[in-house]
Parts: sequence; C-alpha cells; structure tokens
Amino acid sequence: MSRADTRADTQADGELGVSGDRAPRPLWSLGLLRNELGTTFRRRRTLMLLAVLACVPVLVGIAVRVQTADGGGRGGPAFISLVTNNGLFLVFTSLAATLPVFLPMALAVVAGDAIAGEAGAGTLRYLLVAPAGRTRLLLVKYAAALAFSLAATLVVAASALIVGVLLFPLGEVTLLSGTAVPFTEGLLRALAVAGMVALSLTGVAALGLFVSTLTGSGIAAMATTVGLVLTAQILDALPQLAAVQPYLFPHYWLSFADLLRDPVYWDDIRSNLGLQAVYVLLFGSAAWARFTTRDITA
Amino acid sequence: MGPPVIETRGLTKTYGSGRPAVEGLDLSVPAGSIFGFLGPNGSGKTTTIRMLMGLIQPTAGGARLLGEPMPAAARRVLPRIGALIEGPALYGFLTGRANLLRYDAADPTADPRTRAARVTAALERVGLAAAAGKRARAYSLGMKQRLGLAAALLQPRDLLILDEPTNGLDPQGMREIRGLVRELAADGTTVFLSSHLLDEIEQVCTHAAVMSSGRLITQGTVAGLAAGARGRLAVTTPDTADAVRILKEHGLADLVVTGDRVTGELPPGTDGGEPDPADLNAALVVAGVRVRAFGTERPSLEDVFVALTGEGFDVAG
Ligand SMILES: Nc1ncnc2c1ncn2[C@@H]1O[C@H](COP(=O)(O)OP(=O)(O)OP(=O)(O)O)[C@@H](O)[C@H]1O
Ligand SMILES: [Mg+2]
Repeated sequence: MSRADTRADTQADGELGVSGDRAPRPLWSLGLLRNELGTTFRRRRTLMLLAVLACVPVLVGIAVRVQTADGGGRGGPAFISLVTNNGLFLVFTSLAATLPVFLPMALAVVAGDAIAGEAGAGTLRYLLVAPAGRTRLLLVKYAAALAFSLAATLVVAASALIVGVLLFPLGEVTLLSGTAVPFTEGLLRALAVAGMVALSLTGVAALGLFVSTLTGSGIAAMATTVGLVLTAQILDALPQLAAVQPYLFPHYWLSFADLLRDPVYWDDIRSNLGLQAVYVLLFGSAAWARFTTRDITA
Repeated sequence: MGPPVIETRGLTKTYGSGRPAVEGLDLSVPAGSIFGFLGPNGSGKTTTIRMLMGLIQPTAGGARLLGEPMPAAARRVLPRIGALIEGPALYGFLTGRANLLRYDAADPTADPRTRAARVTAALERVGLAAAAGKRARAYSLGMKQRLGLAAALLQPRDLLILDEPTNGLDPQGMREIRGLVRELAADGTTVFLSSHLLDEIEQVCTHAAVMSSGRLITQGTVAGLAAGARGRLAVTTPDTADAVRILKEHGLADLVVTGDRVTGELPPGTDGGEPDPADLNAALVVAGVRVRAFGTERPSLEDVFVALTGEGFDVAG
C-alpha cells in the first residue's frame, strides 16, 4: 500500500467518517427533559392519577356541605370547621387530606416506574445507546418526578379552590393565629402552602427513583415505593417509636399549616425541608451509584 | 485499510457466578466491511454487543470502537453508532413517530431543528411512513423490527450494530433489509450484524466471525472461511458401484450414493490444492463409468458453520 493510499484511507475512516463531526450541545441536551415531560404528561396513566386527585377536593367539599346542612359543625380534622366560613380553607383541607397518602402514592407510581419501567420494556437500553447518558437520564427522570409532584399538588389546590368558590362563602381569611388578612393574601398563602406540599414530596421522589434503579420491573418498583410510604406513615403514628419518628420523611409534612400563622412559625417547616434535603441527597446518591454501575441486560 | 472499527482484546463476561458467557474474545472488524457475527443460541453474541455498547461492564478485557475505548468514550462514540440490540423495544403508548422523536431527543448531538425531517426520512427508509401515526402497541412483530431499525438510522452512522435484524420479517422485508445493508455499506458505513441465517450472512457479508460457547472459533473474510471447508464432488451415473470404487482409489472420503448420484469429499492435495476434477473425470471415463453429470459443489457457509460448531443444534449449557 502506497503512502498516498494510506492517507486517503485515513481520511475516509478517520475522525469524521460518515456521521461527520457531531459534538454534544448543552442546549440540545435539554431535548430529553422536554421529551420526558411531554411523554409523562401526555400519558394516560398520569392523566388518570391527576383526575383522581382532582376528585378528592370535590368529595371533601360535598361532605362538608352536607354535614353543615345537617346542622353540623362537629369539629372534625384540622381546617374542616373553617371551610364553612371561607371556601379558601378547602384548599388547605384538601392538601392536608391528600398529602399523607394520595399524593405520595401517585408520586410513587411515577417515580417508581421511572427507570424500572424503561428497563422492563427494554427501552432503557435504546435510551442509553442513543446515548442519553446515565447521569443525565437519572436527572431527567428526577426532574419529571418533581414536575409531577408540583402538577399534582396544583391540581388538588386548583380543584379545591374551584369547589370552595362554588360551595362556600369567600372573604377575609382568619388565620390559625386569629389574625384576619385580606382574601388576596390568603390566596398567596395558599400558593405558598401548595409549594411547601410539593417540596415535602421531594424525599419520596428520590426514594422512589432509588427503588426504581434496583429492579427491572416497573410494577415491583411502584408497589415497593407505595409500601415504603405507607410503612413510614404507620411508623410515624405509633407512639412507641417516638425516638425514630423525627427521621421519618412524613414526620413534619403537616407543618405547612404553620404558614397560616401570623407571624409564620418556621421551626417545623425548616425541619421538614432539612429532612427532605437529607432524603434527596441520600437516596439520590444511592440511585446514582447504583444506576451508573448497573449492568443493563433487559 | 484504516484501523479496525471494532477491536476487542480478551473481552470476557461472566454473569453472576458461572461459566463465562463470553471468554477471551479478540475480535477485529475492518472498516467498511459487512461483518457477520455467527453462533448458535446462547453462544454470547448479544452479550458481546452489550459490552461493545457499554450496557454491561466486561469482567475482563476491553473494547475499542471507532478507535476509542469503550465505555470510557461512550459520549463521543455512541452518537456515531446505530444499534439494534436483542430486538426492538418501543413505548407501546406512543406512536411510531413519537417513539423515534424520543430516541432522537435522547441523543445530545442530534439537532432538534432537523429532528422532524430525519424521523420522517428514517420512517420512509424502512417502509413505515404509512403506519407512523399508529400506536406502537398495535404494530406487528415485523413492523416493530422496522421501527427499531429506523431508530438506528436516525443519523448517518459510521457503524451499525444489528443483532438479528431480520428477525420476524417476511421474505420481502428480509430482502429490503439486505438491500438496505448493502446500500449503507456502499455509503461507507461499517455494518456488524449477528444472525442465525447463514445464507443471509453469505449473501451480504464480506467478513464473518463464528462464536461457540462464548469463544471465538474463527474470523475472516467469508470467501476465506468457505475455502477452509473442503468442497464435494458430485457425479451422476448409472454405474454407481464402479464410480465409488474409482473415486475411493483417488482419495475421496465420505462417499454417499443417492439414486444415481455419487458425492464425496475432495481430499486435500499434496501441495495444498485439491486434485484436479478433470483428472478424476478422465479416470472415471477410462474405467468405463458412464458419466451423465459431473461437478464440484462449493461448501456453503452452513457447512463451515456446522463443521466448526459441531453438528448438534443443541444449546451449550
Ligand atoms: N442477563 C443474563 N443473566 C445471566 N445469564 C445471561 C444473561 N444474558 C445472557 N446470559 C447467558 O449468557 C450466555 C450467552 O447469551 P447471549 O444472549 O449472549 O447469547 P446469543 O448468542 O445472543 O444467543 P441468541 O442467538 O439466542 O440470541 C447464555 O448462556 C445465557 O444463558
Ligand atoms: Mg442474542
């Protein structure tokens, strides 16, 4: 082979080749996130979960209405007695009713299925050879889970607000500390509460994602995550376990009510956010360690 | 020739604890070749491909793809490779088109401005344009296979790795895939394809490697592999008994008589070549054997394959 031949061949087979010079672009890397969000929120399963969540405030609102028509006002759980005076309290009531079980369960379905579902369907291997990049894919999946938490919280809040407006009077909001604030400020506080609820779910999302990296079955990962959520809630309710309860992720969840005081009582809110951050870091790094080293054979 | 497009050194993979699925694999795939990767079920073809694509970590050894180490250079190398691994995998709830859009979005080197056009072109290339709007759940096996191929063709690629690409396709589909592979190779894409269908490999491949029980038995050009197995001589004559006697005297082995046909394996010649069939024919005629037809049969790749991996078609445990 002559030198000229060698050079021609190196050019043909060398760096550029058929596929040309293609470098990853940071902006183009966001394409997967956009696609993931679109895929998640157009999926029928997601829409069903959101629809079920949207029904909860309707049921609560009707129940309160029927109860008070009975000549009721028998106390009941936090906020419920306040709903009859101000429809805005239906937002707080509904979030308090869905945060312990419904919201984390819906999130467990989305987060638990995130990696395991793709592995089970075999689509994971094609994403990885695309190449999505394991760290990037994990981050995208976590971001989608957080987006779902926020969407689910906002759906509950919006549905509650609509039902509240339709069934109950509106007006000045009397906070839990007894001070009255204008309706618009009450609305802002409702928004802050929704944000706090969504943030309270970041730990569960990380937990679900970690479970999702452990198995190749989406159903198994969803069931395990739901099981863990329920177990944590049960443990948090057993008085004998008071010593470990401050470390359980749902322990400070209902602290969002402290946003409805004047002045706002921050201690438990801070504990809640700190605890969620610990869970996110712990299970986030565990998920990363597991997923970046795992053999993908499905 | 440039450097090999795929090069492995002592590539080994053991799943859990047990016999290695792939052991000490030294594979070298020349640039521009259509490389057939052969082996019985369970011989380690898919395992090798998974290691090449960085899906599983080798237990020992390493691989270089397009001159770069894998999986270290995965981010640079993989965008230049299209792959079909162990059949297609699709999102059943998405349309065929949406499936491709998603896989393309996963590639950080894929330009979103040309995405729609490239997806359309890939769908047309595999003959799925008409079914692009259908949910993938409703696709037939062959349609899924085509969509999987389309995903591998979203970009111009330097290397295509296709694990049993014609699985589930109708004869027409197989023909189209063969044509497609040739076309891509003509454009300068190296194609690495695993298959059980030996005549298919023989028809399209320039090079081949044969695996058995996780080990590489042989690799080289298809012509070279076929030449390795000896040809057979076939004589049609009413005088079969005489023909068998004469041919045996001339060193032919494994003589088989079926009706008026005698076939036998040509002996290796002293200087490496086989005996000249013309001499054999003359000997038959001189001995009064009435020869109606006479010829040699080239060994098929199947003969080579069976000779190398053993007659049995059982999966090695
Ligand atoms: N995920 C896995 N876990 C454990 N063993 C595996 C796994 N995948 C494959 N094996 C084993 O590795 C060996 C090689 O399998 P591989 O799938 O690579 O074969 P193959 O050549 O692709 O076969 P086929 O022609 O049937 O596709 C087999 O013995 C198989 O049982
Ligand atoms: Mg295989």
